[in-house]
Amino acid sequence: MTKSQVLDRYFLEHRAKLIDLAAFLDRVDRAPGGDNFHDPRLPALREALALLHDGQPDRARRVLERFSDPTEAPLDTAPPAPVLGVPHHPPPAAGP
Amino acid sequence: MPYIDPHIHMVSRTTDDYAAMAAAGCVAVTEPAFWAGFDRSSPEGFRDYFRQLTQVEPRRAAPFGIDHYCWLCVNPKEAEDPAFAREVIQLIPEFLDAPNVLGIGEIGLNRNTRNELQILEEQIAFAAEHDQLILVHTPHLEDKRKGTTLILDALRRNGNISTDRVLIDHVEEHTIRMVLDEGYWAGMTLYPDTKCTPQRAADLIECYGSERLWVNSAGDWGHSDPLAVPKFQQEFRARGHAADAVDRVTLDNPRAFLSQCERFSAG
Repeated sequence: MTKSQVLDRYFLEHRAKLIDLAAFLDRVDRAPGGDNFHDPRLPALREALALLHDGQPDRARRVLERFSDPTEAPLDTAPPAPVLGVPHHPPPAAGP
Repeated sequence: MPYIDPHIHMVSRTTDDYAAMAAAGCVAVTEPAFWAGFDRSSPEGFRDYFRQLTQVEPRRAAPFGIDHYCWLCVNPKEAEDPAFAREVIQLIPEFLDAPNVLGIGEIGLNRNTRNELQILEEQIAFAAEHDQLILVHTPHLEDKRKGTTLILDALRRNGNISTDRVLIDHVEEHTIRMVLDEGYWAGMTLYPDTKCTPQRAADLIECYGSERLWVNSAGDWGHSDPLAVPKFQQEFRARGHAADAVDRVTLDNPRAFLSQCERFSAG
């Protein structure tokens, strides 16, 4: 498919998904939860959003990697918390 | 168009689903042993489950012209208790000669623990010892990348399994390359919210080619779609790909991998 054909076929679907995402973030903002609220899903989502417009390819792969456990060793026991869709702890910051 | 759904849990689906799948072109399904949504209270629960997979489901599928095959194992979610898991593994040999058994699966990892890894390695060794094909489950969401790496390491450590005889399932954009680069087969699961959409699966085929790749629905008791494979066919055709390119992913590739087991003759 040409670029125009890709847009013709998929643009409205993804426009709607983007508006859904915007409405979801608005909903989180409106919800009560306190000033010290912290959940690893929100910063992970915001970091992933930045990957969408950094001009680099392989966005889907890089978003999935941002949402992946960065550790390598097997765990001694299964975590008590269910999977969240993002690491429970953020990955270490990239070096200079 | 005819197709094979090589990963679907029909024990969790209705007879109406069989009818709808047949109407959509399904000629065969393969059903890996998996977690039932609750932990079994004893290993004997697995004996009944294996009877269901080897005796009941083939009879339920047959009136619709669908050939039913299955895979046996203890799934990774119930492998956290190694003693329990080993009792289940000891049940498997009595079912291995059933006419619809294709191999060992879906083995793999769930939360990437040491116990899960130990049982995975024991089931890889069991498959090698009994010359069985292997179907591998990779973990969900944030655990997938790490789990896929640990699984590839475990297969490499065994050293007695040909990469041709292993399919690693539920790959996504961040794991597909590591699986294909090591020479394994890869499965893309079309699943709402997690795993791949039909559109992303089509993207991956356009990026990586269709060699050693298949798609499946992994339809089960949760939010899932037993008609996901024909929906992928529609998506791929709508992009202008030829009918034989669609057949390669949804019929020829499953047939090529599964036919390594002489019992498989569908499609």
